[in-house]
Amino acid sequence: MRPLAVALLCALIGGGAYAKDTEDCIAAASAAAPEFAMPRVAAAIAKKRLDVAVIGSASSELTGPSGTNIAYPTRLQTALANLLPGVAVKVTTYARPRETAEEMQKKLSRIVAEAKPALVVWQTGTADAIRGVDAEDFRVALDDGIATLQQAGVDIVLMNMQYSPRTEAMLAMGAYADAMHMIALQREIDLFDRFSIMRKWNEAGTFDLYAATRKTDVAEHVHDCLGRLLANAVLEAAKLTNVDKKETR
Amino acid sequence: MVAAGLGNIAIATSPVVTMVSLEKSPAFPDHAPDPPPAVVAAPIGVDAIGVDAAAEPAVAPVKTAAIAASGDRDLRLDLFRGLALWLIFLDHIPSNIVSWITIRNYGFSDATEIFVFISGYTAAFVYGRAMRETGVVVASARILKRAWQVYVAHVFLFAIYMAEISYVSASFENPLYGEEMGIFDFLRQPDVTLVQALMLKFKPANMDVLPLYIVLLAGFPPMLWILLRAPTAGLGASLLLYLLTWMFGWNLPAYPNGYWVFNPFAWQLLFVFGAWCGLGGAKRLEPLIQSNITLAAAVLYLMFACVITLTWYVPFLEHSVPVPKWLEDWMYPIDKTNLDVLRFAHFMALALITVRLIPKQWSLLHSAWLWPAIVCGQHSLEIFCLGVFLSFAGHFAMVEINEGVAMQVGVSILGIVIMVAAAAMISWYKRIEGRSPGSRSGPPGGKTLLGGGA
Repeated sequence: MRPLAVALLCALIGGGAYAKDTEDCIAAASAAAPEFAMPRVAAAIAKKRLDVAVIGSASSELTGPSGTNIAYPTRLQTALANLLPGVAVKVTTYARPRETAEEMQKKLSRIVAEAKPALVVWQTGTADAIRGVDAEDFRVALDDGIATLQQAGVDIVLMNMQYSPRTEAMLAMGAYADAMHMIALQREIDLFDRFSIMRKWNEAGTFDLYAATRKTDVAEHVHDCLGRLLANAVLEAAKLTNVDKKETR
Repeated sequence: MVAAGLGNIAIATSPVVTMVSLEKSPAFPDHAPDPPPAVVAAPIGVDAIGVDAAAEPAVAPVKTAAIAASGDRDLRLDLFRGLALWLIFLDHIPSNIVSWITIRNYGFSDATEIFVFISGYTAAFVYGRAMRETGVVVASARILKRAWQVYVAHVFLFAIYMAEISYVSASFENPLYGEEMGIFDFLRQPDVTLVQALMLKFKPANMDVLPLYIVLLAGFPPMLWILLRAPTAGLGASLLLYLLTWMFGWNLPAYPNGYWVFNPFAWQLLFVFGAWCGLGGAKRLEPLIQSNITLAAAVLYLMFACVITLTWYVPFLEHSVPVPKWLEDWMYPIDKTNLDVLRFAHFMALALITVRLIPKQWSLLHSAWLWPAIVCGQHSLEIFCLGVFLSFAGHFAMVEINEGVAMQVGVSILGIVIMVAAAAMISWYKRIEGRSPGSRSGPPGGKTLLGGGA
């Protein structure tokens, strides 16, 4: 209740009180701990070399000259490198605007063969919702893609859509978000719930997601926080692997 | 303004001659000039989305008969249709804390099922009688006319949606949401979009229910003809179509991609089942409804569905309730588009328990407490459209002014109050029209004028 009251107050004062300190965003996100272990990431860290592939659509990059440098995949690389001293971390982005899950799914095996990542971050859902892809077709494409990735022996994080309050009434995301949630559970892979995290930021007043602006400062902060949250989630999931090993021994 | 405009759809063609005072009975008078035919299980409210209540021709109306019939109506149908309208409104406002009270969070089915079923029930009741009394051609013509009215209402809602989305696309820019702005792309080619919308292929978010009704109504005359002669055969044909749809994946195409969100070939089963019940099937089911074994099964199933559904929303339960993998594999996905059998069963269980708990002559049905929902249920097409509009407007207000919890609650309550006020106003209109059929506002000859205005 209290964060909501703060949000209300912020909105009334005029939005000047939004947190500049991005440490706040990690706490405000109160992201759920990862559920499933990432043994390949753990092994890659042990070998001092971690390659990550981000596959997604336009919300995995930012437009503008410095776009890729400030988007969350690059922030993820920086955060992982900071958290893993001595490990060579490399994040490669394969983001194409307006690409649906089915279109991405078709190129997954090629990307994995090419980049040989330990981890694939698969961001999808928004383009399918915009283009009105049948929710069942979306689910099938997602499931096929994950099967491909699991056969190829990589760890996977599914990333769902952004929370976008302005367009929320016009874009029905529910069926796609549910499909991602279900499939993550069924296939026992971690879901990075970007939607809930951004919604919490909005409620807590961490970021003003309503603002109409051409400036990229909020977008930069959001992507920075997303990158660091994702790094934390990946490392926690990698630690789960070690715990599992100790328990089984 | 919206309410009045939509109200005209019904009012315009309303040669209502009799009336019942609001204080005595909130019910709009049933037009039955004679006692209902024996085959009909329960006379009910006549103003469903699928039903052109107001256009019911006043065949030698007798005031006393109408009043007597109104006492016989099953107000439960109006009540639950009204409640379903409220729930649909609440569910259509995104990020609305009040929508946590709606049934979709506690079970597989939601307000849509209630709505489709009750509309099938009322459509069969009203047009079934019309078909017996005035013949197949006249009754079919009236059903198709109603389908046309729903189509006009849908296009009207689409115009409002376009106004909102055009405004937002012009006023909102944020580099963070470059991808989400993609939904405005269709504005760049209105030549395609508008034509696709008129063909019911392009349907914006939350505007899928009325197109479903249009198709259900358009296909209803032959089904009603069969149901009146061989009810079991009609229901069997409907079930067969449902099964074939599941087997072969039939659906209507949508624009720019995919298929209809509510597959008419699947959802017709619920509509026809409602119609079957409305034509006497409910009576035939009576032994099953009164059986305690059925009741126990229904209660158990509802509890099961409630726990499963809560695991989707409550992270604590997701981890503490062990859902066996085989059950997950068998159960998911629960397909709303094709009216999953789990949803259908959930609605049946809800309906069964409702019928057992609330008797038809429940005294509260005539009280002021339930009147707001009942009056909304009696004007469902108008109130449905108003609800969709209000959910757009409510979200718009939340975005532009404030999205706090107080605002969410305020918008929700205000929306329902407006819906009730509009429904009361439509009732009032119908009454004054009924009182003075020769007056300027509602002469039979003036209906094209008013109808054209809607």
